[in-house]
Amino acid sequence: MSGESDTAPEAPKRGQEWPLWEVFIRGQHGLNHRHVGSLHAPDEEMAIKNARDVYTRRNEGVSIWVVEARHIAASSPSQKGPLYDPSESKVYRHPTFFDIPDDVGAM
Amino acid sequence: MAQVDQAQLLEFLCRMGDNTLVLGHRVSEWCGHAPVLEEDIALANIALDLIGQTQMWLGLAAEVEGKGRNADDLAMLRDVWDFRNVLLVEQPNGDFGQTILRQFLFDSWHLAMLTGLTTSTNTEIAAIAAKSVKEVQYHVERSAETVIALGDGTAESHDRMQAALDLLWPYVGEMFVPDAVDDAMAAAGVAPDLGALRARFDAEVSTVLRAATLTPPEGGFAHKGGKTGFQHSEHLGHMLTQMQWLQRAYPGAEW
Repeated sequence: MSGESDTAPEAPKRGQEWPLWEVFIRGQHGLNHRHVGSLHAPDEEMAIKNARDVYTRRNEGVSIWVVEARHIAASSPSQKGPLYDPSESKVYRHPTFFDIPDDVGAM
Repeated sequence: MAQVDQAQLLEFLCRMGDNTLVLGHRVSEWCGHAPVLEEDIALANIALDLIGQTQMWLGLAAEVEGKGRNADDLAMLRDVWDFRNVLLVEQPNGDFGQTILRQFLFDSWHLAMLTGLTTSTNTEIAAIAAKSVKEVQYHVERSAETVIALGDGTAESHDRMQAALDLLWPYVGEMFVPDAVDDAMAAAGVAPDLGALRARFDAEVSTVLRAATLTPPEGGFAHKGGKTGFQHSEHLGHMLTQMQWLQRAYPGAEW
C-alpha cells in the first residue's frame, strides 16, 4: 500500500455493493448468540439496525452481534476428511460407557 | 386546568392519528421498491409502527366522537377535507432521499411531541404516547443516520438531499404554529405547547443537518392548511383513492 492514500478501503469491494455482515442473535432465554443469517450494510452501526429490522421483528432477540463476513475464518470443505474422519473410529471419545443413576435425571 | 372541549379533543386526536396514518401509507408505498432489501424491510417496519399508532389514536378519537364509528371508519371512509394531518406527511415520496428527509423532519417533531404527551393529563393519551415513543426513538435514530450518510455521501447523494431539504423545509413550520385547538390542549395540559417544542426540534435537527453538510433554505415561509383541514395539497386526494378504494368499492369488506 506504499504511496497510496491511507483512506483506501481495507478490502476490495465488488462494485458499489455494501459489505456482507453475519448476524448473531441471543434469544430471550439467556442462551448463546446464534447465527441467524446475513445482510448488507455500509457500516457496523447500520448493520445492527438492519439486523434489528430483518431478524428481530417478532421479538426474537435481546442482543445482536454483527461481524463482517470477511473477518470470519472458516475451515475448508476439502479438508473435511483429514479434519473429521479420524474421530469416527474413536468411540471411546464419546462418554457413552457410563451407567447414569436414575436419580441424576436429565444430563 | 381549563376544561377540555370534546370537539377540540377530537380534532387533536384526529391530527395525531391522521399524521401517522398518512405517513404510514406513504412509507408503505416503498414496499417492494426500496433500493436494497434491508431498507425495504426497515421502511415496512416503520410504516407498520405508524399504522399501529394510528389504530390507537383514531380508536380513541372514535370513542371521544361517540357516534358509533371505529378507527377503520375514520381511516377509510372520511374524505380528504376531513383529514387533519400536516401537509408534510402527505407529500409524495419522491426519490429515496426525499422520503428519508421527510421521515427525519417528521420523526424529529414526532419524538418531541410524543415525549411531551407522555405526561398528558389525559391518561389514555399518555398511555398511547408512552407506547409510541419507544418506536419513534428508533425511527428518528435511523432516519437521522441515513440523512447524514446521504447528505455527507457522494456529490449526487448530497445534491439530492439538499434538493429534498429545499423542497420540504417550508412544510416544517405548520407542525409548530399553534392554532385554537393546540392552545386549548396546551392550556388543559393535554398536549405540550407546540412553540416550546420548536427549540428542541431546531437544536436536534440542526446538529444532524450540519453533520450531513446540508443547509436549510433561508426565510421562515411555511405552507399551512393541513392540520386545520382548510386546504390539503392535491397529493392527499390521490393517495386516498389508493388507500381507500377497497372499502369504497366493497363497503364493509373484511378479511
